[in-house]
Amino acid sequence: MNTDLTEQTSYPRADVDPPSGSLFPHKHLLGTWALDPTAIKHLLDVADGYVEQNRQAIKTKRICAGLTQINLFFENSTRTLMSFEIAGKRLGLDTISMATGSSSIKKGETLLDTASTLNAMHPDVLIVRHGDSGAVKLLSEKMDCAVINAGDGRSEHPTQALLDALTIRRRKGSIHGQTIVISGDVTHSRVARSNIYLLNAMGARVRVVAPPTLLPKDIGHLGVEVFHDMKQGLEGADVVMMLRLQQERMQGAFLPSMREYFHFWGLTREKLQAADKDVLVMHPGPMNRGVEIASDVADDFDRSAIQEQVEMGVAVRMACIDVLTRNLREEAGS
Amino acid sequence: MITAYTNARILDPASKFDDTGTLLVNDKRIETYGTDVSIPDGAIIVNCAGRILCPGFIDMRAHAVDADAALAGGVTTIILQPDQTTMIETDAVVERIRHRSVNAEIVTVYPMGVATQGMQGEQIAEIGQMKASGAVAFTDCSKPVANSQVMRRLLEYAKHFDALIVQYAQDKDLGSNGVAHEGETALRLGLSGIPAVAEAMQIERDAKLAQLTGGRVHFALISSREGVEAIKTAKAAGINVSCSTAAHYLHLNDNALEGYRTFAKVLPPLRSEEDRLALVKALADGTIDTLVSDHAPKSEDVKRLPFAQAAAGAVGFETMLALALAQVHAGKVSMNTLLKSLTITPAKLLGLDTGTLTSGAYADIVIFDPNKPWRIKADELISSAKNTPFDTLPVQGQVWRTIVDGKTVFQQGS
Repeated sequence: MNTDLTEQTSYPRADVDPPSGSLFPHKHLLGTWALDPTAIKHLLDVADGYVEQNRQAIKTKRICAGLTQINLFFENSTRTLMSFEIAGKRLGLDTISMATGSSSIKKGETLLDTASTLNAMHPDVLIVRHGDSGAVKLLSEKMDCAVINAGDGRSEHPTQALLDALTIRRRKGSIHGQTIVISGDVTHSRVARSNIYLLNAMGARVRVVAPPTLLPKDIGHLGVEVFHDMKQGLEGADVVMMLRLQQERMQGAFLPSMREYFHFWGLTREKLQAADKDVLVMHPGPMNRGVEIASDVADDFDRSAIQEQVEMGVAVRMACIDVLTRNLREEAGS
Repeated sequence: MITAYTNARILDPASKFDDTGTLLVNDKRIETYGTDVSIPDGAIIVNCAGRILCPGFIDMRAHAVDADAALAGGVTTIILQPDQTTMIETDAVVERIRHRSVNAEIVTVYPMGVATQGMQGEQIAEIGQMKASGAVAFTDCSKPVANSQVMRRLLEYAKHFDALIVQYAQDKDLGSNGVAHEGETALRLGLSGIPAVAEAMQIERDAKLAQLTGGRVHFALISSREGVEAIKTAKAAGINVSCSTAAHYLHLNDNALEGYRTFAKVLPPLRSEEDRLALVKALADGTIDTLVSDHAPKSEDVKRLPFAQAAAGAVGFETMLALALAQVHAGKVSMNTLLKSLTITPAKLLGLDTGTLTSGAYADIVIFDPNKPWRIKADELISSAKNTPFDTLPVQGQVWRTIVDGKTVFQQGS
């Protein structure tokens, strides 16, 4: 990645903007794959403003009052669902959350029928999480409103990548030129994919570190450096992003045991010494302490940005909802 | 009643005849053909205007009869797969299909029976009785017979009845849960992959078993370079193996999945460009014996789903010829090789007395214009479902007339 597309570089508007002049010329936010640096920077800039707003006593500014947000989660989630719900409420949207347990999917309704039903209720923003890759894109084809992907299968989780980017940018000043290590179950991770696309677009050097069973064979094609040894991978790293390891992957099929995984790939103080002295430690949560990350590293106030990531999550999601509903609000004249 | 098809480029791969001439059909059978045939008085004359006339196509892998679509694609003999609503696993079912074929269908339908009971891969199916009733080969369709011991016994048992075993070439475990070719596209889309070696491993194992037992095995739907190489090696060793591929594998690679296009979801999956090129080459050099449509009508209800849940398969009868002709126009495959893979080769593999223009054979004939440009349009297909990945694709080459038992049963335009 030698192209100098940093967030500091400014281009004449006409070169980077479509004729409409929109900084974010997309109807939906389905992934980071299709986002260019201008669009990413725009979302991060807007989110930066919301970080400050969220630290005030009065956090809600009802700029989106009257709009309806539906959170449709086909997969269990606590933190992402809450984060989206809080984000919507702080912008003044009416938010409704629907989890699979209560939906008709259980009764055999197809995804597209669910989409048509929801569409008829005229939501303005639909937040969707689904267990199948591509499901959110399929659903978005039937919706008139903006759709935000809150995670689909092992495909993408764009708001997670954006909140990670915001965290890095605020802590490190820039994403460009940083050496960023992603470690853990990359094969099954949508967080890893979204981060790889976004960080590459912003000019970071991305490495992946994991046992070969947790790395796709062709991962190098995505523009990352591949390491299997943790210390080698961490050498000189500015940021380390740990991924959550699912319980079912630990019992023999992909890895012999939790104990062995921690021994070789768990993030400990000792292994972290190979990294830059100001290394930033991140984790999308929820953490498996003592499996992918040692407690003392996770709780290290100077290095760990794990709590901050949660805070940035709300701001980034507010920015996404705000930006995606701007056209709508301009039309309505508010 | 004699019909004379004049001014046709007559191509009979069985006899390697390729010249402009006349073919005479007397009632249901072919009388004669050649460059210098005198037309008897009172014969109906059909001027083919230089179009190619060849034996009707034998499609070795179709999941539905869809007769009108088949005839529009020049297919006069359909080899029906056993994965029907009522699984083809007894002589009674075979007899019913044959009876319908003879008495009610325009196209000729031969069923393949299951290879193992319930396609479970555990117990050998009633191959002898099904064969006696008209089943032409035995397969577990899209499930590989995974157990080596079962496969060995199957080949030994089938040999006694001179029955062809058709294997789906994919290692059961290596490809489990996979929905796409293991490669960059699947990685980026977050789809679980099936590596190309899964195909080669199955072929290599079964080639060894065919060698051990002296049985013969046919591999349905070769999709990868590795698979082609495994076949080549087995053939060079003198083992009795053969294989097919479907027209869509010659035309698309896994880039077609971009945007989670479930209409391009087929199994085995569309593979890389390198694999596609290897398949074209293998068809040209005879490593791949037969070309099939793998015609599988699927309704939108089962296609318009998240990629992993969506049904696999595409309709193929009407597009097979045009897609394959693209390789002929590109100079990659000769016309004679292509038509051979659609006529005499499958006939020989299955022991059918069709696929030739020999005097006395049933007049199953297709006449097509190899150059006619047209555009594939999903909603204009005759097929019972419209699930084609080739919607809006411009192609060249179209069937003009399809003739079964001497009767014109499909005619394009005038």
